[in-house]
Amino acid sequence: MLDQDSAYDFYVNKLGFKVHTDAPMGPGMRWLTVNPPEQPDLEIALMAINEGMMFTKESAEGMRKLVAGGTFGFGVFECNDLLATYEELKAKGVEFTKAPTQEFYGFEALFKDDSGNWFSLGQKGK
Amino acid sequence: MEFYPKVYLYRRIVKSKLFIDDNYADAIDLDHIADEAFFSKFHFIRLFKKTYGKTPHQYLTWVRIEKSKLLLKEEITVSEVCYAVGFDSVSSFTGLFKRMAGQTPSAYQQNCINKQLEIETEPLRHIPNCFAEMNGWTKRAIFKKSELI
Repeated sequence: MLDQDSAYDFYVNKLGFKVHTDAPMGPGMRWLTVNPPEQPDLEIALMAINEGMMFTKESAEGMRKLVAGGTFGFGVFECNDLLATYEELKAKGVEFTKAPTQEFYGFEALFKDDSGNWFSLGQKGK
Repeated sequence: MEFYPKVYLYRRIVKSKLFIDDNYADAIDLDHIADEAFFSKFHFIRLFKKTYGKTPHQYLTWVRIEKSKLLLKEEITVSEVCYAVGFDSVSSFTGLFKRMAGQTPSAYQQNCINKQLEIETEPLRHIPNCFAEMNGWTKRAIFKKSELI
């Protein structure tokens, strides 16, 4: 994530995810995980890209550019009603790069989070 | 411009759902919501349930219980939470909460307090060791088990 506070707002207030663990780990460090409301045991870590033990300054800058450029697709979400979910998320300001479309593999839309990561959103059983 | 069959129906149902999300603490008149969405009450309930798996009333109750969970984590009293989310009877609220959450509001609150205390004093129990190692958190003395607990 480019910014954990912004990511918190996106995943919790827009997508409706629950906060699983929110632990301050020292100055500028925070372990923040969320879960889809129907999957309390699935943790999605919202990790900041900062210079530190994981990234050098240069690699952090490079990673941030890649994320902001929409390079990474991190997974597939499913919902009960794609059209309703699409309308609701659009009303909340979520950016969709593909509207609900019937593909050969299923009924799917694509959206981006606040950092630029993209996800597929499909409808269960369709 | 996107177009799909019955888009106008979806938008009206979604608008109603968002209205409930924003006004759950008030005394919502679900008949009024149906009128605002230009549906008959029967049609509104049927479409809402088809979309969300719950009737509007069931959904309103669910939202109130979910919001009450957030307030209980703030250590607000059960009765204050009850009225804050739109219930007018503590016993009704408690019964509904227990049925939907599997435990009483008080028990839920205490479990949240206990979990938060554990996160504050022993955060490494909630973080995969690989991530903790990569971030250098396992080396920090402040994350060792507190001798005060």
